[in-house]
Amino acid sequence: MKRRVLIGSVVALALASLGADRPGPARFPSPIELAFSKDGARLFALCEGTDEVVVYDARSGAIVRRIPVGRVPKGMALSPDGKRLYVANSWSDSVSEIDTAALEVVRRLPAGFEPNSVVTDLAGRFLYVANRISNDVSVVDLAAGAEVKRLVAGRGAAYLAISPDGASIYCTHIYPNLGKFRAPPESEITVIDTARQIVKDRYRLPNAAGVFHVALSADGRLGMAAQLRPKNLIPLAHVEHGWVFGNSISVFGTDVGDVGEVVQIPLDELDRYFTPPFAIALAPDKSAAYISTTGSDSVTVIDIAKLLECIRAATPAERRTLANDLSASANYVVARIPVGSAPKGLALSPDGKRLYVANRTDDTISVIDTAARKVSATLSLGGHAIPTAERRGERLFFSARFAFQGHFGCANCHLESTFDGLQWDLEPDGFGKDIVDNRLLEDVAETAPFKWNGSNPNLETECGPRTEKFFYRSESYDGWQLADLVSYIKAMPLRPNRYKLASGELTPAQERGKAIFERTRTKSGAPIPESNQCAVCHSGRHYTNQKLADVGSGKATDRSPLIDVPQLTNIVLTAPYLHDGSARTLEEIWTVFNPNDTHGVTNDLQKDELNDLIEYLKTL
Amino acid sequence: MKRIFALVLVSVSTALAAAPEMPRFRWENFTKADGLPDDHVFNVCVDGDRVWAATENGLGLYEKGKWKVYRPQDGLAHRAVLGVAVDPRTGDVWVATMGGLSRFSAGRFDNFTQLSSGLSNDVVYGVGVGGDYVWTATAAGASRLDTRTGQWALFNERNTPMYEIWTYNISVGKDKVYYAVWGGGVLEYDVKTERWKDYNDPDGETEMVVLKDQGLIHEITTSVSYAEKDKILWVATYFGASRYDGRNWKNFLEKDSGLPSNFLNQVKAIDGNRAWFSTDKGLAYLDGENWAVYRPSEMLVRDAAGKVTRVETETAPAHQYVLAVDFQGDDIWVATAKGLSHGIRIK
Repeated sequence: MKRRVLIGSVVALALASLGADRPGPARFPSPIELAFSKDGARLFALCEGTDEVVVYDARSGAIVRRIPVGRVPKGMALSPDGKRLYVANSWSDSVSEIDTAALEVVRRLPAGFEPNSVVTDLAGRFLYVANRISNDVSVVDLAAGAEVKRLVAGRGAAYLAISPDGASIYCTHIYPNLGKFRAPPESEITVIDTARQIVKDRYRLPNAAGVFHVALSADGRLGMAAQLRPKNLIPLAHVEHGWVFGNSISVFGTDVGDVGEVVQIPLDELDRYFTPPFAIALAPDKSAAYISTTGSDSVTVIDIAKLLECIRAATPAERRTLANDLSASANYVVARIPVGSAPKGLALSPDGKRLYVANRTDDTISVIDTAARKVSATLSLGGHAIPTAERRGERLFFSARFAFQGHFGCANCHLESTFDGLQWDLEPDGFGKDIVDNRLLEDVAETAPFKWNGSNPNLETECGPRTEKFFYRSESYDGWQLADLVSYIKAMPLRPNRYKLASGELTPAQERGKAIFERTRTKSGAPIPESNQCAVCHSGRHYTNQKLADVGSGKATDRSPLIDVPQLTNIVLTAPYLHDGSARTLEEIWTVFNPNDTHGVTNDLQKDELNDLIEYLKTL
Repeated sequence: MKRIFALVLVSVSTALAAAPEMPRFRWENFTKADGLPDDHVFNVCVDGDRVWAATENGLGLYEKGKWKVYRPQDGLAHRAVLGVAVDPRTGDVWVATMGGLSRFSAGRFDNFTQLSSGLSNDVVYGVGVGGDYVWTATAAGASRLDTRTGQWALFNERNTPMYEIWTYNISVGKDKVYYAVWGGGVLEYDVKTERWKDYNDPDGETEMVVLKDQGLIHEITTSVSYAEKDKILWVATYFGASRYDGRNWKNFLEKDSGLPSNFLNQVKAIDGNRAWFSTDKGLAYLDGENWAVYRPSEMLVRDAAGKVTRVETETAPAHQYVLAVDFQGDDIWVATAKGLSHGIRIK
């Protein structure tokens, strides 16, 4: 009897310990942006992994405060008087306002879907917020604490910079604008007139996608934006000579040419790549530009005078193709400074003598002596001493060192662990064959098989031999590394869905759409075969039955019409659609590519019913 | 015969001094020869110092004395442009075309069609902006786009009193949104309650006016204009015009008002008492009591007593078939079947 009681007590205790205080996944600071206080006395490090701003004493390097903010903060900016620090909380759809004297959050401001960066006007009256999912810029009245309008940006509005005279705000975009099927990617720099609070111009960035930070020189005559130039229209046949990605900078401003003229210049060398360029810091005297290249664990230094000389010497035709001339960087790149793992945000000390670099995946800040062009010190953010398998995998995910000549890494296509909005011709099977659209990685863990034709039974196959053979053309990962990488991908958290009501209930339109999604009969009462019911193929927690299906969307250039049924979680984010990205919008899946009701029965639906179905799909 | 002659003498006088003071204009006319995309101008929209012309063959932008033309090769959804609305907050221009809805924002066109978006139909007759919503009048009902969320709401015979789905024109106010439904009267949307209400001709679809001032003049409505401050709704039809104050209707016909024709393409209110009427026989203006008519052959003024006076003018609008107007301060821009006219106010 006593033994039974004892065993029961032990089991109860064990269950209780499992249920209560069970540790969640380890969280690492993951610094992504840096900023100095107006007097240079404090350094703010924005940590997207631990949802906080870490405040350093800039002189001693000691941490003086950790300020909790919203979820997954992505960007921050000081008010012109330096009394406030604004933090864009990308998963909370809000901005935290921090009192820089008290070092505490004093207000929460509204934003759009997934705010990524912020900047105020020079008067400090209005805050501009780039919203990555809603593709717009919020204008927030700081006196009222209210959003007054949204300005239409490009796709994936990401980073903002204000001109020194305050007249213009420049906005870059992480994703290319939606274009025609198999058209070259194109992004833009959206230019906002701060006096009228309207978009006044859009600088076209042909062949560019994945545009990150933008910076303006102190005299306002030079602008620079860090970007990728994906070569997604040609087969991924060989990785040398920049045939997969070009890493480049868009240069604009009166130092370069007329208003709106943009010259794209390369960062790479003939046999070495520096990818992807993320942040830019310009020396106060405009002598140098510093660019963090996340996958290459380095900071590239450009001599601006030499760069301008190179651009000015080029003919108009040469300017248009300069980005593809990998020998050009020798004219103006003067140093590559090795730093920590996955460098992201940069901040120059006010005197320009030190450059601080946020090393995202080793939770440190490198301090570079800008005269010596060497790391002189390293600050720790106090993360876990021993990285977990997921953390090690994350480092691999962001690294480009495995590809031939360091050309690219996972994060080049899965930008910031998401997608890139592009369609790739991945295998050397001829131009235009087996085109595949890039999918979101979140929530993929339980959705095997992988690849659009379902040929990879698990992520180990998808990320291991396939990556080595078709992508990197190099040794790739060993067994331990592959296990870590897969652990990271499986552990990726799913971002919140913006189309669900906070209550969890569905709107009337979403309810009607759900009924259509789950229907088993047509409107005339005829039964719909199970194989053609939305909720049968797109079933389960991830809305996939994990099987192959021929829904009639295959093209003559596809080797097989059988397509892996994709998961639908956050499907609204990942236009274009279908396996090859031929449907630009959710609507086109059915209005254009389902003429024979082979991809669900939809041709009996009225237009408003199709709209309802789409409203429901947005909630998944 | 003598009686008729005497009547003409009484009703049409050229003595300017006797006529009420009505707006007079010096007219400048634009055609293709001046850079306008096409002479057939369906609509016009003033955007500060700029003017947008919706024509049968492209969208025209008049700025700093020059015309710029946008067509499908520039990104516009379709060459036949039927309406234009400017979002006063963002400056974005929404363009109704016969092949979908276009948004023109700082040089970039984004198109919304019935295949690529939730838009109800590609034939978009009218567009209006109210806050974050963009309302469209299409050949298959009304659509509303929430620009913050991208959600489309469609309004048609299944969820409104819209028994005819050929929506033709919109007037967007803060509290109310009005639709002119060609063959279906007028629809009113209450922004607060989100409910729809219809206004119809008490005579039904007959072209006879049996019950004047007891309701909307006719079911074939072409235009609505809501004077929100005064809470007055103006309606244009192919068989006269109507004014509604929320309780009473007042109808206007050629035979008993200063309208030059019962065939109206547009009405545009200044306020509850004053409005401009675009007809097939000229442009008309009502100042509350008196009327003026502007057309190539003449300018006529009709006082409250019905006395008509011909006013001498040196210039005239491009054509008597008028489709739409918009205001630029005291000036007026007039879309006609043969060119766009700029009426520069003579003071």
